[in-house]
Amino acid sequence: MTEDGGPVRINGSPVALPDDPRVSLLDLLREQAGLHGTKKGCDQGACGACTVLVDGQRVLSCLALAVQYAGREVVTIEGLSEGDTPHPLQRAFVEHEGFQCGYCTPGQICSALGMMAEVERGVPSYVTADLGAATAGLDGDELRERMSGNLCRCGAYNGIADAVAETFAGRTR
Amino acid sequence: MIPFTYARAGDEEDAVRLAGTAGSTYLGGGTNLVDLLRRTVERPSALVDVTGLSSSIEDSGGGLMIGAAARNTAVAEHRLVRTRYPVLSRAILAGASGQIRNMATVGGNLLQRTRCPYFYDVAGYRCNKRNPGEGCDAVGGPHRGHAILGASPACIAVHPSDMCVALAALDADVHLRGAGGSRLVPLTGLHRLPGTHPEIETVLAPGELITGVQLPAPVTGERSAYRKVRDRASYAFALVSVAALLGVQDGVVTSARLALGGVAPKPWRAYTAERSLIGGPATATAFRAAAEAELAAATPLRDNGFKVELAVRTITAVLDGLVREERA
Ligand SMILES: Cc1cc2nc3c(=O)[nH]c(=O)nc-3n(C[C@H](O)[C@H](O)[C@H](O)COP(=O)(O)OP(=O)(O)OC[C@H]3O[C@@H](n4cnc5c(N)ncnc54)[C@H](O)[C@@H]3O)c2cc1C
Ligand code: SF4
Ligand code: FES
Ligand code: FES
Repeated sequence: MTEDGGPVRINGSPVALPDDPRVSLLDLLREQAGLHGTKKGCDQGACGACTVLVDGQRVLSCLALAVQYAGREVVTIEGLSEGDTPHPLQRAFVEHEGFQCGYCTPGQICSALGMMAEVERGVPSYVTADLGAATAGLDGDELRERMSGNLCRCGAYNGIADAVAETFAGRTR
Repeated sequence: MIPFTYARAGDEEDAVRLAGTAGSTYLGGGTNLVDLLRRTVERPSALVDVTGLSSSIEDSGGGLMIGAAARNTAVAEHRLVRTRYPVLSRAILAGASGQIRNMATVGGNLLQRTRCPYFYDVAGYRCNKRNPGEGCDAVGGPHRGHAILGASPACIAVHPSDMCVALAALDADVHLRGAGGSRLVPLTGLHRLPGTHPEIETVLAPGELITGVQLPAPVTGERSAYRKVRDRASYAFALVSVAALLGVQDGVVTSARLALGGVAPKPWRAYTAERSLIGGPATATAFRAAAEAELAAATPLRDNGFKVELAVRTITAVLDGLVREERA
């Protein structure tokens, strides 16, 4: 057995891991850390509303047992703005009406940030024509395929896609 | 969830020792197990976290060795996988979502449980896989997603993995380690057909750990493809999927490796179709005949007969696409 890696860091602050290993990262965020930005949609991996970034990678916090994340760096929607200044992607969501009720929005935004890191790393998608290519992009069906793990019951998909495309235009490699 | 303890394994030996206690279960990325725990379909008393074990992806004599803790994204994006085994990258990328692929491990993907909705509904339905001997409500209830090959009257569930379909076609071997030592089993021999015991899904002994997956060197001259047919364009399980590797010389099929997903209780290597293809003409007519030969063994039920024709058409289209690609 390895030593446990200490607390989990959430938006830069240490948060003690739960004694009960049944607690999900999502419940730790919402109930222990008081961070209600991350949403519980389905609690079974099917909607993406609970998406957060762990060490820069997008994951579903509802399917993550918090105890597995000792020593890891979690970023939630609350960790994206600089004081009162929203993240450029947050601003773009407002400008493009990338939401209606807003319930899926924190997950969409965290997911899009994780997705963009994947694209910049050259990770292909199911619709990438040439898997041998060293670069990846958001053209054609790429953006929607890569964001398919985030559902929006309000159907704000066009606005979401526009906001993501505009924010990351020119950042694909 | 029923209460359980949690321990993180430091190495393989540690993992096998920890899992020696009755009621222990290995934990990978948790993307299937956490859901099953929450619904009390699975009720272990102890979880042994194996995400800290080997996740390396390395050349091994022209083939590839993949640690069981490698995340699905890491495998799909790896240069050697993309160039030598593009069918594996494509199959992984066809599954789940970006978030889930970042969490899911290779070991967990191999051993993920069926998505049969009756299996997940503890309060609502009878299920022989969950409660051996109580009956299967899927046989009489709506079952359009269920198996047409390899099923039994006791269970008609399908294995849901995309990755495993590509691994079956690629002749992958799976490395296992248990209290008694290590062994290697072919991927096609890892999962068992349900027969009268659908609760026994693999050849793994209790507490046996998957440590890695090994791929033989690619066959030169083979082209490959993975195609998945589903109810929506993305983020849905397969109704039918096809992994194909095809070698053609002067219009004659020299090698053919074919596996199907979404149609059977295990990743289904289509040996009958392969035998029909090899040595024959690389034409759409011959491809359709081979697909029909494979599906001749199908035993469709009331709602899932459409999968037979869908599988035949998908196999034919994928093979035909590979030949056209070759010519282009
Ligand atoms: C909404 C949703 C959609 C999905 N869509 C798809 C899809 O389209 N295609 C697809 O292929 N998959 C799909 N998946 C399933 C996903 O691929 C699996 O959940 C995942 O691969 C499991 O990996 P894991 O590491 O999270 O396993 P876990 O959930 O941690 O474990 C799964 C099982 O494997 C066992 N296990 C894990 N590691 C080992 C090991 N090293 N040795 C022995 N046993 C081990 C565990 O005990 C457990 O029984 C989907 C999942 C969800 C939630
Ligand atoms: S098909 Fe198999 S998993 Fe589904 S309810 Fe029947 S026995 Fe259970
Ligand atoms: S709440 Fe996690 S995916 Fe829906
Ligand atoms: S804005 Fe309402 S669910 Fe997406």
